[in-house]
Order: sequence, then structure tokens, then C-alpha cells
Amino acid sequence: MSAPVPAVIASSLVKQFGKRVAVAGIDLTLRAGECLALFGPNGAGKTTLLRLTAGLLKPTAGSVRVQGVDVRRDAHARANVGLISHQSMLYAPLTALENVEFTARLYGLQNPRVAARTALESIQVLDWADTPVRTLSRGLQQRVSIARATVHEPTVVLLDEPYSGLDETGAAALTALLQSLRARGATLVVVTHNVGEGLALATHAAIMTDGKFARLERRDDSRGFDAQRYTMEYRELVTHAG
Amino acid sequence: MLARAPGLTAAAWIVAKKDLAIELRTKSAFLSVIVFTLLGLVIFFFAWDSTAVSALDLAPGVLWVTFTFAGLLGLHRSFGAEMQDRAIDGLLVAPIDRESIYLGKAIANAIFVSAVLVIAVPAVALFYNLPLGRAVLALGSVAVLAAIGLVAIGTLFSAMAVNTRMAELLLPMLSLPFFVPIVLTSAQASTQLLAGRPFAEALPWLKILVAFDIVFVVACTVAFPHTLEE
Repeated sequence: MSAPVPAVIASSLVKQFGKRVAVAGIDLTLRAGECLALFGPNGAGKTTLLRLTAGLLKPTAGSVRVQGVDVRRDAHARANVGLISHQSMLYAPLTALENVEFTARLYGLQNPRVAARTALESIQVLDWADTPVRTLSRGLQQRVSIARATVHEPTVVLLDEPYSGLDETGAAALTALLQSLRARGATLVVVTHNVGEGLALATHAAIMTDGKFARLERRDDSRGFDAQRYTMEYRELVTHAG
Repeated sequence: MLARAPGLTAAAWIVAKKDLAIELRTKSAFLSVIVFTLLGLVIFFFAWDSTAVSALDLAPGVLWVTFTFAGLLGLHRSFGAEMQDRAIDGLLVAPIDRESIYLGKAIANAIFVSAVLVIAVPAVALFYNLPLGRAVLALGSVAVLAAIGLVAIGTLFSAMAVNTRMAELLLPMLSLPFFVPIVLTSAQASTQLLAGRPFAEALPWLKILVAFDIVFVVACTVAFPHTLEE
């Protein structure tokens, strides 16, 4: 019996913007249900790596595949991916429900309105379903954005600073949502500056500097994983990179 | 839960409906374009020396020049809304062909500029006392064909210009040279129809307009995905 296809596999992945190398040869394999917490200073290439994985950027060299498929070439394979970005990716004049329902229609969900309401409920923002997004606070917009990105129940979820702007209720709802996604076998890549939040769910942790993994390790390997040591080392790396 | 992702035309219609919903909600672009169009017509009217140029000679040119610039105002906001909060990324990660994003935007823009024409054409007829009654259906077909051509070009260049710092300048600079054949043929066909000439005399211009529309729609649809590369 052949081994299952990795959920995410990046091989010698390089991305250059002009002369600037944003991602400099990343190799990464994540299987179903695994979660990578990705740390690193500003400009380390974390967001570029997520955008490459989502198919928003074309690699300069190397390749990245989701469920064994290059999502840039196969439009339908993009249905496996959910992306939560710095920006909300929402239309300000539309209501929260209209935004999420629009996404549900793009993904061909059978009952887009029901799916949208379910997604909004899962992140505890259903009470604001009929409110235009432009009148929502930053934290509530972030929650609607999370609902938009997960309405189609993606198998690979890419999260760029997902806790940014969330209050305690929102953060708890997001953690619960991510736990339920993982329980369903979804693979997560979480970019964050908060080591504690990142490590809470992670099976893998990586520190990225200058477009490369300065460290990449499994949290559950035989050598054990010392979160406190990791936090200190991360801070040291960020200080040096800064 | 996941059904089959929508095909090219279904996805295009979903995108178009979303754009129209946003415009209906805000009405900002439509109102500014209508005001611009009416002001343009008024200025042309007061600058017109009726003893030197007849209304029939002048009116088609006034209509299409005013409409072209007014259309550019509307087309500029087409991708502007996508760049706010990077909503365009949500479209690009969706399981739809990128051509459907272009077609959806173009359909919404075509409906938008057609709505502007519904007000602009009678306004021109009113200002220049033109016999619109007999030619109204034929003029409608010229307006629809012209709208398709202008929107096909303008939507593509709107996507190209929106990421630049000088988008307001770049969009007209890129678009206007390509608008020339559309404006020229539309003005010629309108002149024939407003002069009360038989429809058959305007038909050659309409055929050229149809040919330009087909070329521009196909070429711009194929070119669009390349404008999104970073």
C-alpha cells in the first residue's frame, strides 16, 4: 500500500522579488493533521512562504504542492486551501453574511447561506451577520475573515497572524476552531510572533530568518521539546536578525 | 459539503452579482459618473455654435467623447474595490478560473456603463433636439456594442493599472488608444441613425464594431491572468 500524499510539500522553494530573495530554498513536508508554527522576525519571508503555498505567488525556483497538486495550475485543487491573511480580504460595503456567502458560492457549496451562517457561528460572530463589514471593529472583521477562509472546510489552512486584533473571546473561539479543524485532519501552518499561541497547537515549530529555516523541528520527537528553551532561542534569533 | 466548483460562466456571474451588489449598496461610482456625464453635455452644449455646426453633426461626437471619459471614471473603481483589504486574494485562492474573474468584472462594468447610457443618450437628444424616437432601438444596439468594447479594454487595463501609484493617469493613457476604433465606429453608426438614414447604411459600421468587440473580449480574457502575476 502506498503512503498517503503529504498535505503540503515544498521542494527547494525560492522566491525572489527583483534582487531581493524572500524565500531561499525551503524544503518542507507536512502530513494530514499536522500543524507547523512558523516564527521569525519581520521580513524573514514567512508571509511570502504562505502566499507561495496558497498559489498567490509563482515560485522563482522549486515547487510547492498541496495534496500532491500544484494549486497554481489546478483551479479545483485550490478548494483544499484556506488562507487567513494580514488583510481581511472582505468587501467593506457588504455584510458579514454576504461576504462569507459570496465565498461559499465561489467554492460551489450546496447551501451557501447555511454554510456561511455555520462558519460565522463557529467563530462566534453570527450576531453581526447582517452588519456591514465597514462598521465592524478590527477584531470582528478578523473573525469574519476567519469564517470566510474556513467556510469550505479546507484541508490545508494557512494563517498569517490569525490572533492579531482578537479579544479573549475571539482568540478562544479561534483556538477552538483550529482544534476542530485539526481533529478533522486539516493541516495548519500558523505564522505568528507569539510563541505561546503558536506552540499551543503545533506539531512542528520553525524559526525563519533571511528566507530560510534557521530551525525546523518536531515538537513530539524523541529528544523532547522544551517550549521555554525554544522561546528564549527564538527571542535571541529575532534580536540578532533585528 | 463541497460540491463542484462553479464553471467559467457561473463563477463570472457570481463575481458580477457581487460587484453590482456593492455598487447598488454604495451608488458612489454611478452617481459620480452620471454627474460627470451631464456636466460634460452641458459644457459642450454651451460651447456649441449652432450656426456653424448642425446638431446632427455634433451630437454623436459629444455623446461618445463624454461617455468614454465618464466610463473611465467607472472602470477605475472596478479593481479598486478588490485592492482594498486585498479582497482580490480571496478571489485568486478560490477554485475558479482566473478568466472568470475578468469576465465577471466585465459583465458588471457592462451593466454599469449601459445604465449610464440609458441616461446619457436621452440627455443628448434633449440638449440637441434630436429625433430619437425612430432610431431608439438601433441606437440601443450601438450603445450595447460600444459598451462591450469599451468595458473589455477598460476592465483589463483597470486590473493592470490598479497596482501602480499613478493608476488614475495610467488607465486613460493605456485605454484611450484602444478606445479609438470603438468610438469611431459608434459615432459613425450613430450619425447615420440620428440623420434618419436606413438601418442598412449604419450596418457596415455595426459589423466593424462587432468584429472589434470579439477581438477585444477574446484577447483581454486571455491576457487577464497574466496581469495578476507578482
